[in-house]
Amino acid sequence: MSEMLSVDPYVFLAIIGMAFVTILTRVSGFVLARSFAIEGRTKAALEAVPGSVLIAIIVPMVFATGPAETIASLITLILASRLPFILAVFGGVGSVVVLRILLAG
Amino acid sequence: MTGSKLSQHGSSGNQFYLGAVTSLPITLSIFAVGMVVGVLAAEKGLTFTETFLFSALVFAGSAQFIALEMWGTPLAVSVIVFTTLIVNLRHILMSAAITPAIYHWPKRYSFIALFFLADEIWAVALTRAQRTDLRPSFYFGIALPFYLTWITSTLTGHAIGRSIGDPAQFGADFAFTAVFLALLVGLWNGRSSVLPWITAAFTALAVDTTWHGPWPILVGALSGALIGALQYDFLKAKYAAVSEDIASDQESS
Repeated sequence: MSEMLSVDPYVFLAIIGMAFVTILTRVSGFVLARSFAIEGRTKAALEAVPGSVLIAIIVPMVFATGPAETIASLITLILASRLPFILAVFGGVGSVVVLRILLAG
Repeated sequence: MTGSKLSQHGSSGNQFYLGAVTSLPITLSIFAVGMVVGVLAAEKGLTFTETFLFSALVFAGSAQFIALEMWGTPLAVSVIVFTTLIVNLRHILMSAAITPAIYHWPKRYSFIALFFLADEIWAVALTRAQRTDLRPSFYFGIALPFYLTWITSTLTGHAIGRSIGDPAQFGADFAFTAVFLALLVGLWNGRSSVLPWITAAFTALAVDTTWHGPWPILVGALSGALIGALQYDFLKAKYAAVSEDIASDQESS
């Protein structure tokens, strides 16, 4: 039991280091953006960030995994433009499960 | 802690509840991801306490996942910390993007909010900020259940291990893609979104063929932002040219 609860000093160091750099990145954008006026082209650039980040995170899954994932992504987008958020998510996940079975057989 | 403090201001309790309801899809999805991270942590020999500290203090899913992939004996602490920094560089852009919505909050709320700025919380909060005023109570209504679910799910995964079977079988690996796609529909900003988004998609895909991990996201985000700025310059120049034309037309007539 005590072994379950123990903390190795190097593991602790790694965790603290990871926590520190993570907080650093999350705070520094705020501090930078607050010290400089966000207007004009800077504003335009930052307005493009949210969509660009999300797209960059998902494109490998959407386009580089297989036809089931690509079709399910399209279904999710269509559902999301018509239905409440949570139904679109469940619909999307459900469709990938079904499509994977259909397309594997 | 935040609940009692914030409920002094009018309908903050209501806002907290509303935030929690809005975050339900990401909270459910993160449970699946947290289980996977917990299973991996157990396999890499992290103790229960270590896994708790890992999730509670680092609170960055993709960085934790990549760090566990690199976990070994002896532990390469500096390499892991440096990799985390690279993986999380996108948060600099993300926190800058959410600054207009949170900088007028009481300062300590802003900084506590920044600790919780995981991808999913950030995306849901930003979607809210585009439609209406983002209140601290709403933000913490998103963040707290998500944070607690993250810790609980990694500990659950750590406790039960591999016996749950392949998460892909339940579509768990697709959950975040579905969440982000649904969020994208809400972030759509008309014609000004087209070029940055297409650019981000193509650059991220191109980079992904060679380098995995943080690079596709970083390059996609930066190129999308660059196109956003160029688009602004182009439209401004075009607008200036048009208004000059109008001015000279008026002069000649």
